Order: sequence, then structure tokens, then C-alpha cells
Amino acid sequence: MSRDLLTAVWARPDQQPLLGSRDWEVLLGQARRAHLLGRLAAQHRDKGWLLGVLVKPRLHLESGLRLADRQQHEVRWEVDCIVRALKRLATPVVLLKGAAYLMADLPAARGRLFSDIDILVPRQSIESAEGELFAAGWISDERDPYNQRYYRQWMHEVPPLRHVQRNTYIDLHHTITPPTSRFKVDGKRLLDRIVPLPGYPGLFVLAPADMVLHSAVHLFQEGEFDHGLRDLLDLKDLLHHFSQEADFWPNLLDRATELGLQIPLFHALFHIQRLFGYAPPPQWAARIAAFAPPAPLRLLMAWLLGLALRPDHPSCDIRWTGLARWLLYVRSHALRMPLHLVIPHLIRKAWMRQFPEKAATAAK
Amino acid sequence: MILSELAVASVKQQLRSDGLKLQIGPFTYRLISAIDAITEGLVKLYSDYPLAPANSFIDYPITISRGSGLHRWTRRQAIFEFDGKAVFIPLPESHAFPLLEWSMNWCVSMHAHHYLILHSAVIEREGCAVIMPAPPGSGKSTLCAGLVHRGWRLLSDELALISLTDASITPFGRPISLKNQSIDIIRDFVPGSVFSRVVHDTSKGSVALLKVPSEHLLRIHETAKPRWIIFPKYVAGSAPQLTPRSRANSMLELGRNSFNYMVLGRTGFEVLTRVVDASECFDFQYSQLEDAVKVFDDLVSQRQA
Repeated sequence: MSRDLLTAVWARPDQQPLLGSRDWEVLLGQARRAHLLGRLAAQHRDKGWLLGVLVKPRLHLESGLRLADRQQHEVRWEVDCIVRALKRLATPVVLLKGAAYLMADLPAARGRLFSDIDILVPRQSIESAEGELFAAGWISDERDPYNQRYYRQWMHEVPPLRHVQRNTYIDLHHTITPPTSRFKVDGKRLLDRIVPLPGYPGLFVLAPADMVLHSAVHLFQEGEFDHGLRDLLDLKDLLHHFSQEADFWPNLLDRATELGLQIPLFHALFHIQRLFGYAPPPQWAARIAAFAPPAPLRLLMAWLLGLALRPDHPSCDIRWTGLARWLLYVRSHALRMPLHLVIPHLIRKAWMRQFPEKAATAAK
Repeated sequence: MILSELAVASVKQQLRSDGLKLQIGPFTYRLISAIDAITEGLVKLYSDYPLAPANSFIDYPITISRGSGLHRWTRRQAIFEFDGKAVFIPLPESHAFPLLEWSMNWCVSMHAHHYLILHSAVIEREGCAVIMPAPPGSGKSTLCAGLVHRGWRLLSDELALISLTDASITPFGRPISLKNQSIDIIRDFVPGSVFSRVVHDTSKGSVALLKVPSEHLLRIHETAKPRWIIFPKYVAGSAPQLTPRSRANSMLELGRNSFNYMVLGRTGFEVLTRVVDASECFDFQYSQLEDAVKVFDDLVSQRQA
């Protein structure tokens, strides 16, 4: 048994999936595992399919809708709290990913579930932003000094901040990729083009092209693929939505070249077309094809990502999925950091996992 | 067809292959496990539950797996997997059956948002339900186990499933989880009671599960209306004491004891208001089960008077 029923829902977006009980069990499991239950439910609601679903699976979809609606309500509320906490910060605050889609009313927010809120501020404001957030109740749970140092020295974000009362999380970034990454991006260049969010003075989202590129680079730089399919669907929705703007595609391609993100964009577009049949306007096909890495690498990546983007559910596992995920995990580390940095880091992490007590003392 | 109509060897075989499809109140589970303690516990405590027909929809597929690698041979483990992912930390294999019970609760409390779900025992008589929310250690399960063997019907020992449309409570009767001294108290109080093997050293101490009387399962689809909300508290040596409690305060406490009150937002508030409006609220302190039986009987008779 190896059936990806989940992707099929968006491969034929105008056709209601007509499934028996067993398939519904599998589809709901795949959707939960891919963090897409809310989105699957929203698709059914928006297309008017709900009443055509068997009664019992429909209850699961309705539960997914309730959860997504509530989380979105809470994210809006959290964003208000963040705005209030950072109002004394003299620099712009940029929402990234899910929170940005939601607050900017983009279709990618429909039925989306949230685990944290990602924000970006200029690098020189990171410490003052952390201070202001601390004063408003967000603290870092990362007690390990090695991990703290690792984040601050090498990463594009500080360790997650948790609100002491509400247990909500913020990921505070100064750019979208690690400074050691092969796809490093200077946060300043993103800040140059940010777009204000109406009704929220001081709050911004990335420019359309940057938003797409962030989503693409995030997807293919992640070591873990449990959000892979969701990120790809987000991308498809963003592309679909922004395509209404006349200059979107040439802007996107120019910007990818400018920021050196051609390869992640190429892979993303390839898989969006393969899985959901969504193709860029034909006049840009040649320019996009030129973004491709050399043929052997391109084919290998297409194969690996094709496997890794399947829902990580027992019904979808075939012989190679485990290997593909592992290779991509290794690749993600190689991309994020040069070997002379990543190997000591991975050894250190393995040692810390094996001897949690000793590692904590040794690092002091 | 009920589970006891299946030979033990077939139960075991189903658990090891496509899964045993068990129907418990409004939910259908697919249970997969190669651990013998799971077969044994199910055969003993779930013998009267219906097996789901071949093509029924499965709400929650649960796998209790053994760990991989060395753990198959030394320090054997039991791991709850849902959608192919481990949910809790692995437990020793001897805890497998209580782990299955906790997993079944987890599935419902995390996903069934078509009910308002309270962490509470619920029992019923003459169509009227008593909701008994209480923190662990308050003697809620002991009281519940005692009362369901003295004329009350078990709706649930752990989860009150409240309808979002009419605030009625749907039974989800499963074995009652008893801890430490309560196990012997109920053995003495209920002659002929059927228990699972006692599992020691769990996070809750020693745990044993008590089988639900068969006649309660025959009525597992009969809902009940909330009528009383009683916060029980076991106090050694105390006389039984039933004290009225304000509705407002009871509402707050119920909300705090809910798994998905926040998820349901305004709907949750409105449903909980209906539950509290329809109920008399009390604190109940007790030390002897016989006293408690008397107090609860009086509730019913005074209502009729």
C-alpha cells in the first residue's frame, strides 16, 4: 500500500475526492501528519464539498476547521501583542510566513495551522527587540550555552522565545537564511522592499517576490520535511495570487538572480508543476529553465524531493523514502554551513544527546 | 459481533496484521500491536464491545509498537504511534495496556472537536447525568467505580463528550482506571469485579483497569442530559458532606478542566453555559463509598419529590 491521496486533492482542485471509508482514514492521517488537516477541510468548505463527504470523516474535517479558525483568531491576537510589545522599537517589524499570509489576507492562509509566529527585524535591532519582548513576557527556553552560542553566532534567528503565560512561540529572525549558508541573503536587502500592513503602523510583510523566494528557500533548506507539502501548497497559492500583478513574474526572476536564489526557486517551481499542474506563464519558461543546476544534480534532486514531499505517513512510505529524507537532511546541513563548521557541530550535538548531563557542565 | 465471539488467537492475529477494529461509543478504533499484554487486556476488558463491520470508517488508528533495535531484546518498550509518529515517550513494555488506554483518550481529546470535551467522570440515572470533574487524587474514579455498581450507569470515567447542539452527553464507557489503594477498595466493594493485571510504577503509581458492566454497554448509544455538577473530594475519615457551589465558579472550573474549551471559542462558552444552567452544582466531600451511594440516591429521589 503506498498511496498519496493528499497531494491528489490539489492535483485536481476542481474535482471532489470521492473516497470510501478506508481511503478517508488514510487521507485524514496523511493530512494530520502533513499539518494540512485544516487546509484540506477549508478546501472542502470553500468548494462546497462538505455535504458530499461521508458523515464520519466529515466530523473530522469540521474539527479541523474549528481548530484552524481558532488558531487564526489566536495568531491575530498574538500579533497585536507583538505590535504592542515592540512599539518602542524604532525599526520596522516584518511578519514572515504563516502570520504574514494571514495578516495580509492572502489565500495561502486558508485553513492554515500555526505552531509559532516568525518575525524579522534588522540585525542591529535583534537585541533590543529581544529585550522589549522579554519585558512583555517572552523568554528563551534554551538553557544550553552551546546552543545559545550556536544560534547567535551562526544562525539567522535567535532561539525560540516562549511567552511565559500563553505558551506561544516567536521565532525572531534578522534574515531568512543562515549567514553561513550557500544561499545567504543579507536581511538589509529584504528590508529595502518591505510592504506596510494596513491598519498596523510599524508592521510589514515582505515584498511579493521576496515572500515567494523565502518560502522556496525555506522549503529546500529545511532538514526535515514534515512541512514540505504544506510549504509547497503555500507557494502555489502565493504564485497564483501574485500572478495577477502585471510585473510579478519578471520581478520574481530578476530578484531570484539578484539574491542568488535561482536554484531553490527552480526546484520549487518544478515540484509545483509536477504535483499540482501549476505552470508559470510560458514566456518565462526559458529563463526559469536556465536557473536549473547541472543535469545529474537536477535529476537527483528531483527524485529525492519527489520522495521527501510525499506525506510522512506509513501509507506513503516506499522503500526509498527513508533514504531520501536522510540524504536531504545531510544536504540541508551542508547548505547551511561549510563542512569545517558543520561536522564539529553535528558531533557535538550527537555527544550532547548521548550525555545530556555532562554536555551541560562541559559547556559552562 | 462482539469481541468475545472472536477466538483469542484471531484477536491476536488481527492485532498483528490489519488491526482489531473496535467500536467504542461514537468512535471506531483500529488497534495494532504485537504485544501480548495488549491482547490479554483487550480480551479480558473489552469482551462485550462490538467489532466494527468490515467497511466502517476508522476514526483513530492506534499502534502500540515495540521499540526498534536493541530495545527489542533488552528493556523492552511500548510506544504509542499515531499516523506513524510516536506521541508520548516510550514506556516499559509492561505498561502497554494502560498506555493503550491513555492513547485512546488522547486521540479523542486532541481531535474530536465536534464535542465540548471535559476532563471528567460522568454517570447517569433516569436520563439525568452527574458530571464529576476533579483533579487526579480526588477520588473521582473510585467514586465513579463505586456508583456504577450501585444503580448508576457509566457514561465515562475520563471524558465528558458534550454535544455542541443540545448539550447532551454521549457515553464513551471504557474500563475505569483505578490507582493504588483504590484497587483493593473497589475489589472489596464490588464482589466479582473484573480487573486487568495491576501495573506497577507508572507515572500514576500502580494502575489497574476495571471492566464496565455489560448492561451499561448495551445502552452505550443512549445520551443523557446534564443535571448535576459535583466536585468530589476524598478526605480520610470525613463524614459525607454535600455543599452547594456557585454556578459561576463551577463554570470557570469546568472550563479549566476542558480539553478543547479554548478551541471551540464562543461555541464552547455557550455550550458550557447551557450545561451549567441545567445543573445544580455541589462540592462533595466523602470517605466511605456507602455514604456516597446514599447521598447520590437522595439527589435522585429529592429531584422527583
